Formats: sequence, C-alpha cells, structure tokens
Amino acid sequence: MHAGRLLAMRLLQVVPIIVVATFVVFGLLHLTPGDPAMMLAGDNPTPQHVAEIRHLYGLDRPFLDQYGLWLWHAAHGDLSQSLLTRAPVSSLILQRLPNTLLIVALALVLGLGFGIPLGIAAAVRNGSAVDQALTSAASLGVALPSFWLAMILVTVFALDLNWFPASGAASLLGAPLDALRHAALPAIALAGSTVAEVARQLRSALIEVLGTQYIRTLRAKGLSPTRILWKHGLKNVAVTLLTVTGLMVNRLLGATVVIEAVFAIPGTGSLISYSAINKDFPVVQGVVFVLVIGVILTNLLVDLVAAALDPRVSRA
Amino acid sequence: MPGRAFLPRQDPLLEPIGTDVPLLSVRGLGIGFDGTPAVADVSFDIHARETVGLVGESGCGKSVTGLAIMGLLPPRAVQVSGSVRLAGQELLGLPDRAMRRVRGRRIGMIFQEPMSALDPVFTIGEQITETLVAHIRLSAAQARERAVAALADVGIAQPRERLDSYPHQLSGGMRQRVMIAIALACEPELLIADEPTTALDVTVQGQILDLLQDCSARLGTALLLITHDLGVVAESCARVLTMYAGQVVETAQVGRALAHPRHPYTSGLLRSLPRLGTPGQRLQSIGGRVPPPWDMPPGCRFAPRCQHVEPRCALPQALEPDSRGAVRCCRHGELALPGAFG
Ligand SMILES: Nc1ncnc2c1ncn2[C@@H]1O[C@H](COP(=O)(O)OP(=O)(O)OP(=O)(O)O)[C@@H](O)[C@H]1O
Ligand code: SF4
Ligand SMILES: [Mg+2]
Repeated sequence: MHAGRLLAMRLLQVVPIIVVATFVVFGLLHLTPGDPAMMLAGDNPTPQHVAEIRHLYGLDRPFLDQYGLWLWHAAHGDLSQSLLTRAPVSSLILQRLPNTLLIVALALVLGLGFGIPLGIAAAVRNGSAVDQALTSAASLGVALPSFWLAMILVTVFALDLNWFPASGAASLLGAPLDALRHAALPAIALAGSTVAEVARQLRSALIEVLGTQYIRTLRAKGLSPTRILWKHGLKNVAVTLLTVTGLMVNRLLGATVVIEAVFAIPGTGSLISYSAINKDFPVVQGVVFVLVIGVILTNLLVDLVAAALDPRVSRA
Repeated sequence: MPGRAFLPRQDPLLEPIGTDVPLLSVRGLGIGFDGTPAVADVSFDIHARETVGLVGESGCGKSVTGLAIMGLLPPRAVQVSGSVRLAGQELLGLPDRAMRRVRGRRIGMIFQEPMSALDPVFTIGEQITETLVAHIRLSAAQARERAVAALADVGIAQPRERLDSYPHQLSGGMRQRVMIAIALACEPELLIADEPTTALDVTVQGQILDLLQDCSARLGTALLLITHDLGVVAESCARVLTMYAGQVVETAQVGRALAHPRHPYTSGLLRSLPRLGTPGQRLQSIGGRVPPPWDMPPGCRFAPRCQHVEPRCALPQALEPDSRGAVRCCRHGELALPGAFG
C-alpha cells in the first residue's frame, strides 16, 4: 500500500526530470561551436550541399521544433539514427551498454566488498591507530582521480606485468573470463574512490549509531558486542549504506566516460565522448536519455528498499 | 569522637557480620574521567527486595555510579576503583563475558530518555524476546509468550498486538513501560532506574513510579531509584542515599531523613521541595552549585554552600556509620536540622 503509493509518486516525478535533463543536453550540444552538417558534407562542401544536408536531417528547423520532435520520437521508443553511421541509436546503445554495465557492476562489487568491512573495522576501533590509518587512507582515496589510478594500473599491470589487457572489451556471454579480464583494471580504477567513500560514510554512520542511547540499552540488557554490532548496528546504518550505494552507482555511471576513454572500451561512456566530438547529436541525446533513466531507476530502487528496511521511512 | 575525621578512612560501613550478605554492596567506589575523579569513595548497601533512592543535584555522580555498577562505563576513558559486590561476588574487573550474564539477567537498568532508549528499527516484541533469549533457554514461541506476559505486566493494553509495534508508534509513557518490561523480563534481583520519569509528562510520572514499585514488589526485585527529586524518593522508597559532589553524604530510612535530616545538604534539598514543605512557608533553595570534579574543595565538599560551616569543616569528612545509617558531617551530632515538616 505504502510502497505502491511511493512508487506511483516517484514515477510521476520521473517525467519532468527526463525532459529537463535531455533538454539541457540538447541545448548544450547546440550551443557548442561546430555544425554537424559541415562534418557530414565531406572535405570541400559547397554551401548548397551543406544546406541540403541541413534540410535532410531537419537541422534547419527551429531549436524547439527539433527538440520536440526528438522527444516525441523518444517517447515512442525511437531514438532516431546516428548522423555519422545512420545506424539506429538504440542498437548502438544496446551493443555497448553491457560493457559499461559490467565495469560499473564490478566496480560496485569491489567498492562495497572492500568499503563495508573497512568502514566497520574503523568504526569499531574508533580513535585507534587502525582507525586513524584507515581514515587518512580514505580521505586520500576519495580525492584520488580515477583516470590517474587507471593510468598507473595500465602501466604496471597491463604493460609491465602483462597480467591484464590494456584496452578493449569482450562479450560477457561469449567469453566470460576474457570479459572479466578486460573489465578488471577499469573496474579497479573506478572502485578506488568508491571503496574510500563507502568506508568513510559507513564509518561515521556506524560511530554515530554505536554512540546512541539505544545501544547503551542493548548493552544493559546483556547482549554481546557481536550481536549489538551485526544485528542492531548494521540494521541502523542500512539506510545510509543504501543511499551511499545509490550515489555511487550514479557517480560510477558518470565516471565511465573518462575511464572508457582511457581503456578504449566500446561502452556507452566512450560512445558519448566520441559522438559529442563528432557532433553526432542523436547519439549523445540517446545515451543521455538512457543513462538518466538508469539513474532514476537506481534512486527509485534505493527509496523502495529503504522504506522496507526502516519502519520510520515507510510511514513518513 | 572528634578525632575520627582525622584518621585516613578505610571502610566506613563495616562488612556486616553473619549470614546477612547484602544483595549489592558498594565500597569505596571511585570513578575518574581521564584522571579527574568524578566520584570518590561511594559506599552503600542494598538488601534484597529493598527500595532505595539515590538523590542529589545534577552532576553529583548519580548516573555514573549506576553505570559503574552495571559495568557500562567505557573502560579506556574511565577509571573505576573500589568494590561492587552482588550477593558477595565482586563485579568490578569481571571479564565482559561474565558481566554480560549479570546485566539484564541479575541487574536490570532503565534510563531517563524513553524516546531514544529503544532501537528504532526493531519491533518492541523483538527487543523483549532478544533479552529473554540472551539469558534464558527458550524457544521462539515461548519467548514470544513471555514477552506478551511482560507487556501485560507493565499495563500495556492488547500486548499481543503491541509486540509488532515499532517504538516511534508509542507515546513516551508507553515506551518507558516497554523499557521496564525489558529490564524486568528476566526477573532480575536488582533494578536500577536512572531518572525514569524526568523526561515524561507530569500526568504519567506518577503512573510509572507506581508501576515500578508494583512490578519490583511482585518480582521481589530490589530497586535503586536514581533521581534529583526527594519527593519521588519519599513516595516510592524505603531508604535514601544522598549524594553530593561524587560522595555519599547521608544514608537513612526515608521517614527519618524527611523528618530529621542529619546532613545539611539533605536538609537543604528537603526545604527546596514544594511538595513536602509546609504550606505557606517560603521555599529555600540551596545557594551556589555543585563544584565540578576538577575543582573540589579540599575539606568538606559542601562547605562552600553550608550555613553551618566551622573551621574543622576544612578537613576531609568521613562517612560515619551508626545505627540510623551514616552521615558525612563532623557537626551532625550537634546540629538540629529542619526537615520536610518543620
Ligand atoms: N563522559 C564523561 N566525561 C567526563 N566527565 C563526565 C562524563 N560523564 C560524567 N562526567 C562527570 O561526572 C560527574 C557526574 O555526572 P553524572 O552524570 O553521574 O551526574 P548526575 O548526578 O547523574 O547528574 P544529572 O542529574 O544531571 O543526571 C559530572 O560532574 C560530570 O562532569
Ligand atoms: S562538615 Fe561542616 S561544612 Fe560540611 S556539611 Fe557539615 S557542617 Fe557543613
Ligand atoms: Mg544522571
């Protein structure tokens, strides 16, 4: 009942967010210098030829018309075609999305897999040397640029040691091991700051919870420290952890643009940068559209699970 | 015996001789925070089924005394010395594993803030049953039945339905009832209640005090009621311990202490009570405030606020036991102090 209403309300909020986000991107593409028609027209275009191309692709229409038309088609599932290759944008995205999702998922698994134990370890030993070392490492890690880490990883583990391929991707279904080997370095590069951020947020949330009066009550009841930490402590930080995870997914999706460029991975991130450079408007629009929907769905999922975990949220 | 106060005091209340071992026996309890002693030399006994009030103004060290008995003070930052015995067994220095079998099982504790003392993300049923299961061999169904009974015992209507409620769905008074149910679930020998009604509506305070008395009497649980309100002690306790600046300054039967307090501080507390004072008489508050732990007077700690101060009060005062209790004031024999009724 509550979850249903929450879902309906959140879905209604989604529409304006998508419209605003795609409109902003559309506007930015039009404001940046360069004309896609000039690119398409070849080396020595006559003005006449350029005008023909502009007309053919609807680039001579008013800005709002162009956007409206794009939105109308997108709403009907048609993300139109690439200006460069004339391939349908939706199939371009579908080809590349698995590579990106694999990196993001792997980075998230690493980020949570290392960040959660580190955060708990630091919180439980609050103030100790271990905690201080972890906290300083985390502050450093949060500030670590992922592309810098990526370049170090490539130099050491791909070029020098030859343990991992330096670039490219493989199909997860066709060659799963190969796909994981390709995804490993980019995922580690992305996971660095995720580990730090998750550990930091979890540490401070858990320290706060462990200092509350209800934890003192639990101790006064004679519960063991293990029980207090793993049952009561963790359930009380679960919502924080979930929120941070959602935030990390969004951040990772954004960071793929740079990381995929460094590792030359054919994913949606590199598709955006390549298409933007070449003024391939429909492709950029299409990828942004899909990513925005992905971010919104992530947030929605976070809210629904939070409502299920915390009785105060669902009744608010 | 004017010379007594000069002697270095060791054991003010001599160990009772014979078979009558007190349920709780606190001797020379000292509590320091990073080297600064907040509580020094606290000694008292509580016998089985006895109801004892621990009074004193804010900052006198009542809460930390209760927490020290429970072994709930953080060991790294806090230094606890002296002796706390439960039925003869020393609790200070007990390993945490052994202390956990005392907490919740043999000594229960409830706190001032019912709003924040319950875990917000677990049902109250879970919070009662987990206490039971931690100490007593019970199946899940048995624990649930006992939790229902525990809620019914603290006067909660429809206890079976209430098991699935979360703390935020209950009022402050209801939550304090739940806290009492949790603390008494394992039928402990002693219940420490630290300001259990201070945060509650005035209308509910009396109900909760009555409930505490009823429940502890029914289960045969001794009660240590910590409060700054002598009126509360007068209503619900048989004996009173007055604490001032980290020391016990007087112990006495409640009736006696109300009529004939023997320590100027107890007398001052009584005269500042609206409920107990004679109607028409002006309330007199004690001037000044409790000294902080790092700024204790070298002699009698109450001297800066005492109307009866004399040169010999500049010496440290010993808690002197006698047949009526104990007093920490060298002039107690010669002073006739006003009580609640005079
Ligand atoms: N965590 C702490 N760190 C340092 N000093 C503390 C700490 N907790 C208590 N104290 C000191 O111990 C003394 C006694 O505090 P306590 O909380 O026991 O007083 P109280 O009698 O319970 O007062 P109240 O009526 O305000 O609850 C205070 O002077 C306080 O300065
Ligand atoms: S010892 Fe002296 S100063 Fe202290 S309470 Fe007694 S009379 Fe007052
Ligand atoms: Mg207190």
